[in-house]
Amino acid sequence: MSQAFRRAAGGRIDRSRTLNFHFDGRAFEAHPGDTLSSALLAHGVRVVARGPYTGRPRGTYGIGAEEPNAFVQVDSGPGEPMVRATTLEVYDGLVARSLAGRGELSDEPDHSRYDKTWAHCDVLVVGAGPAGLAAAHAAAVTGARVILADERPEPGGELLAGRAHLDGRPAMDWVRDVHARLTGLPEVRVLTRTTVTGFYDGNFLVAVQRRTDHLGADAPAHVARQRLWHIRAARVVLATGAHERPILFPDNDRPGIMLAAAAAGYAWRYGVLPGRRAVVAGAHDGALWAAVDLFDAGVELAAVLDVRRLPEGQVHRALRDRGVAVSAGHGVVGTDADADGVLEAAWVAPVDGSPRRVPCDLVATSGGWNPAVHLYSQAGGRPLWSADHAAFVPGDPVPAVSCVGAAAGTFGLADALAEGAEAGWQAGAGTHGGGGEEPLPPATDSVADAGAPAACWLTSDLRPDTVFVDLQRDATLHDVRRAVGAGMTSSEHVKRYTTAGTAADQGRTTGVTTVGVLAGLLGLPVGAVGTTTYRPPYTPISFGLLAGRDRGRLLDPERRTPMHERHEAADAVFENVGQWKRPWYYPRPGEDLDRAVERECRAAREGVAMMDVSTLGKISLSGPDVGEFLDRIYTNRFSTLKVGQCRYGVMCLADGMVFDDGVTARIAPDRWHLTTTTGNAAAVLDWLEEWLQTEWPSLRVSATSVTDQWAAVAVVGPGSREVLRRLAPSLDVSAPAFPFLSVRDATVAGIPARVFRISFTGELSYEINVPAWHGLALWDALLAQGITPYGTETMHVLRAEKGFIVAGQDTDGTVTPHDAGLGWAVSTAKHFIGSRSLARADTARADRKRLVGLLPADPSVVLAEGAQLVVDADAPTPVPMLGHVTSSYRSAALGRSFALALVAGGLTLRGETLYAVDAGRAQPVVVTEPVFYDPEGARRDG
Amino acid sequence: MLSVPCPWCGPRDETEFKYGGQAHVAYPSDPAALSDAEWASYLFLRDNPKGWFAERWFHSAGCRRWFDVVRHTVTYEFAPGVTP
Ligand SMILES: [Zn+2]
Repeated sequence: MSQAFRRAAGGRIDRSRTLNFHFDGRAFEAHPGDTLSSALLAHGVRVVARGPYTGRPRGTYGIGAEEPNAFVQVDSGPGEPMVRATTLEVYDGLVARSLAGRGELSDEPDHSRYDKTWAHCDVLVVGAGPAGLAAAHAAAVTGARVILADERPEPGGELLAGRAHLDGRPAMDWVRDVHARLTGLPEVRVLTRTTVTGFYDGNFLVAVQRRTDHLGADAPAHVARQRLWHIRAARVVLATGAHERPILFPDNDRPGIMLAAAAAGYAWRYGVLPGRRAVVAGAHDGALWAAVDLFDAGVELAAVLDVRRLPEGQVHRALRDRGVAVSAGHGVVGTDADADGVLEAAWVAPVDGSPRRVPCDLVATSGGWNPAVHLYSQAGGRPLWSADHAAFVPGDPVPAVSCVGAAAGTFGLADALAEGAEAGWQAGAGTHGGGGEEPLPPATDSVADAGAPAACWLTSDLRPDTVFVDLQRDATLHDVRRAVGAGMTSSEHVKRYTTAGTAADQGRTTGVTTVGVLAGLLGLPVGAVGTTTYRPPYTPISFGLLAGRDRGRLLDPERRTPMHERHEAADAVFENVGQWKRPWYYPRPGEDLDRAVERECRAAREGVAMMDVSTLGKISLSGPDVGEFLDRIYTNRFSTLKVGQCRYGVMCLADGMVFDDGVTARIAPDRWHLTTTTGNAAAVLDWLEEWLQTEWPSLRVSATSVTDQWAAVAVVGPGSREVLRRLAPSLDVSAPAFPFLSVRDATVAGIPARVFRISFTGELSYEINVPAWHGLALWDALLAQGITPYGTETMHVLRAEKGFIVAGQDTDGTVTPHDAGLGWAVSTAKHFIGSRSLARADTARADRKRLVGLLPADPSVVLAEGAQLVVDADAPTPVPMLGHVTSSYRSAALGRSFALALVAGGLTLRGETLYAVDAGRAQPVVVTEPVFYDPEGARRDG
Repeated sequence: MLSVPCPWCGPRDETEFKYGGQAHVAYPSDPAALSDAEWASYLFLRDNPKGWFAERWFHSAGCRRWFDVVRHTVTYEFAPGVTP
């Protein structure tokens, strides 16, 4: 298909090369520099999308990030749903298709690489149009570290259209010179194809850099597709330009209706005629200048309309020189379409006059410019309505942020350049102290305004259901009227009620127009209604980029014990405990979880078994005041502990609720070894340091995490003493010499070790700690003894059979030590953190939820953890709930299922039947003591 | 992302820190002497001003020191040079 609408010359495209692409199944050609929109317009393709609800054909409407219509599905490369055709750079082999509303997510994995980077700078300049380039240059001259980011493939902004002159030369020559100068400076980084999408607290900005999307199959494999920039900037200059807004009228959505400056932009930036015969309709001088540009590009001007009535100005003379008269006080009041739904005529009328039909294939409409205040607004600024600008412009300044150029409502080129240079200089000098001389902005021809812009939102409200206030959402004037009729007065409410402004374009072209329409309906000033809130991201960011490389196995750090490879070799099934990978169970061929756990439990109760407990949190405490400190931290007393002894301790938060528990040993008079639950290791260290630093700095205690420095194996079962005797021949393992709750330094299997005689199972057991790099050797030495390894599931069964709680599983931040059956570990003779709370009447209430055991009436039923406990399963709702199941397992030793639970009233309900309700099923259970196995504790000493 | 001024390490990203709530809320010297209401006030009640607020931060992923700053609860600005 020929590029019938391509001009003979001009535009920032490389006509020496041809790219081939497909759109909606048809083959087309383009040139490097083309976007999908410009390439399709070059072929005269007008329909690129359909209204999601109306199905009406839609065409390219804008020329950049503001585009509401031309969203396409890209099927080539990694594929992407909902890409703006106006910013989609054509590459050889591009395959895209039109959309009606939503795109389709691929169900194939995205193999693209995305990465992230962090940067700091003195001055971040957002936008490389004339004001941004001037700002970046002026800032760079001071020696400041500058980042200049722009979403387009090359700097220049509005100058890319190529018609402006600076210092008597084409403006793009100046752009090229400044760009070259900037890229040559060591402290300046110019990021093109980079959209700053969010402005967060502390001048922290996030930007998306598209690095290879425009290269298609030529993309180098070593370059990540996109990069997410996190930029901390001392100063930010926002030169984000402005978005053109339309004037609304009935049937304002037909392909062939475009924003006026966008239409002129296609003609001059891409060398593409957006139409051959145009009606230009505007409310400000810019629309008229767009008409000049279209005329000079070869577009016939069927009519040029201005809702204003002005004395003749510079732009009128320019049009008169071209034989074009401006119809003052006129607007478009409707359009006609051909059989395909494409524009074929505009209805043109004076205000309150009768319309005439003007055949045309382009209506170029422009109601004015909305400064792109998005980032300013995200930074905490509040845009204010300016009647002079007929637009919302930045209001009060935000510290360390300046808005320049069109983003500040400064639309004249000379003024924008001067403003940018001044802001850049101030920002650079403010952060870097200055140096060099402030560069003069380039000279530009002065253009006198013919008149101020008019705040004109719509030129006809006949057939309001065809006056589209949001093209991408198919939301209409009728919808806005309905919202007002329903009593809404806030632009935020109207946005949500009508969905206008909620689509992927976020209402960039018509958001302010909708506010203007709403103000008119409410009879309020536009400024009194105000815009909706601008939130990040400015343009959509893919989840793939946000994830970056933090996906799959790299999603979260994986902590492995020194013995991990042996667990893998034993075909262990792992579970995640925080970031740790812990063996869950070790199935032998043919075994499922239940059978493996039953075998592992029997080994621990009847022979000898072992568990890798290296993940246990370990904190080394040293200093003369550790004993006193632990007396304050733990509910029970530790200062009386003798060297070589250890003790179980419970710690509470100040509110008296159980926080953590574990065993702490006194290694030397001033050295202690404290253990925490696996998941709480970091939190406990934070807790200890907080008290040491903020409340009790006079205590001479230092705390250091040694979790990773020690590997540890629990050797469990009646056979464990014999194993230790063999592996540590110099250690007297007899019960009198090495009693329960003591710790010994010894050589085990030739390895220097610290052995604790403690038990989390009720069986005789030892926890052998060795320096982490010996962990594997210790494990191997124990394996060579024929010991059965067991995992966390068996550990849970064994400890629950003994009624031992796991803090965080059987407690939940509302459970006191007494509630958890640990009252024996609470000293009444000393103060500790939480003791005051435990003295409250509430913590002594008889109906507090307390730890009990449960035996299901059906011994084969394993209750669901979390199941609610009720007295009467058939009671009418709301059913009073007494508590819930906290731990539930099948026990090999008991030959049946059992559970732990927190129940209001606790053991006063002993022997009573409750019901555990889960997923609509009620299981009868009998309340028992929480210790199911060896309640006398006879097995502890082997 | 706040840039938190650690007095030991300089300004660092907020993600390196833990927030510690209102500063200058001392642990009572004799909790047992307090009424339940007074104890509850220590445990649960904190100021919530609109404006400058003395608060604690913990540089948990850095130097692991607790420190106080004064921060504005509307603008999130840290008062410069204030050592509360
Ligand atoms: Zn620090």
